[in-house]
Amino acid sequence: MSEIFSAFAIAFELIVSLDRELYTIIGRTMYVSISAVAMAALLGLLLGAVLAVYRFPGRRAVIVVLNALMGLPPVVVGLVLYLFLSREGPLGFLGLLFSPTAMVLAQFFLILPIIAALSHQFLRDLYLEYQEQLCSLGARPNQVVFTLLWDGRVNLVTVVMAGFGRAIAEVGAVLIVGGNIAELTRVMTTTIALETSKGNLALALALGIVLVFGAIGLNAAAYTLGGVSTYRRI
Amino acid sequence: MMRTVGILFLTAALLGIGGKSASAQPMPYITLASTTSTDNSGLFSHILPLFEAASGISVRVVAVGTGQAIRLAERGDADVLLVHHRPSEEKFVAQGYGLKRYNLMFNDFVIVGPADDPAEIARAAKATEAFMSISERRAVFASRGDNSGTHKLELSLWEKNQLDVSKVSGTWYREVGAGMGATLNIAAGMNAYTLVDRATWSSFKNKAALKILFQGDSILFNQYGVIAVSPRRHPHIKADLADQFIGWLISDKGQRAIVNFTIAGQSVFTPNASKIPLR
Repeated sequence: MSEIFSAFAIAFELIVSLDRELYTIIGRTMYVSISAVAMAALLGLLLGAVLAVYRFPGRRAVIVVLNALMGLPPVVVGLVLYLFLSREGPLGFLGLLFSPTAMVLAQFFLILPIIAALSHQFLRDLYLEYQEQLCSLGARPNQVVFTLLWDGRVNLVTVVMAGFGRAIAEVGAVLIVGGNIAELTRVMTTTIALETSKGNLALALALGIVLVFGAIGLNAAAYTLGGVSTYRRI
Repeated sequence: MMRTVGILFLTAALLGIGGKSASAQPMPYITLASTTSTDNSGLFSHILPLFEAASGISVRVVAVGTGQAIRLAERGDADVLLVHHRPSEEKFVAQGYGLKRYNLMFNDFVIVGPADDPAEIARAAKATEAFMSISERRAVFASRGDNSGTHKLELSLWEKNQLDVSKVSGTWYREVGAGMGATLNIAAGMNAYTLVDRATWSSFKNKAALKILFQGDSILFNQYGVIAVSPRRHPHIKADLADQFIGWLISDKGQRAIVNFTIAGQSVFTPNASKIPLR
């Protein structure tokens, strides 16, 4: 129990003392996860909208696969990506293994299915609602896609944040492709795992507390932005 | 929606600039595949800055179990290998993956367990006897189970007792499949016996009711070796930088840096490099 109390004390101390190492790790964590989310959101939302609007052979199969991939275990993503990026792998010549870029890629593949599948589900319902009106206006499918994405933006923020949550909380994949190298690929979750393995339970938990507060702050920011835009529309 | 994406991108771009300026040093670097025992003890954060200052080469440490470290090096994902299982190291060189193996430093393994020592291993004269006693009393034992150097030594100790632990796995013998620190956490939680290198034990902070119960048998000697990965198989290997690093490690300066690394006033590793490669 004493560990839990001291964890809060350590967390507070780390934050207010502007611990340089902690803030670099937080910065790196954000850089990796936000880059991954930005890429996955761009592709995933578009994919979700296309799947909701267009009808093409194999569409159902794609949806089923995307839904299944939402539960992709991070270690599997990490392992597959490792085999690709390793020097003996097909992309080994890029020399990307054990770099922040490799971690971005791992998180990208991990959350792309989540953003695509969830946004498809939501946009499909929105499309049913809008279909008649859009048809009567003679909207082309690509216009429909962008109308849906624009009008659904408030809910899509939640979808993107779900992806972000998964990315920032993940440890298995980034550990394998990043290598948890100090000052290079060490992020919050891998630091927590490392400190736990050193038996520094209070420090590990303190870092966990910092991570949770960071996530709360980012989510609050995202919802405020989403909320403001709805409010303006009405 | 577009705004969200825009904001996300902007933030990513900004952080990208920040991240780059912080991480993309012009400094040349090598990747070192090593074990959790050396990294977790704090040895590398003590000696690597000294090497970096002397040579201008930064060393990126990937700390995993010996088995995994060797696999990384075999695939060309590391320039230097620093591990502690001599037969595997010699095989690595013999198969042409590594250039030369140098002795670097040593310490020893200890057997830790519940303070009340239900298997009475403290009275054993030999490590194999201690292991025998644990198996006879069916006292809970936490095994790394991860093909690491520590795990390989542990398996050889059971083998010397003609005991096939795979048959008792899941009963008193528990393979946790984790690194040394994680295994110690589990052993502390289950009040189990386990085999641990002295460096990890000394720096470990969550000992709970565990203490050292057996030590000092020569079979528990823990030699670390260092090998440069061969550029013949993997032309991208930074052989020159790797050579400088190993040269420094086995030099008087490097060896002194190792002995100067202390935990609670005590050296954790004893340097014993010889300038002549042992194989």
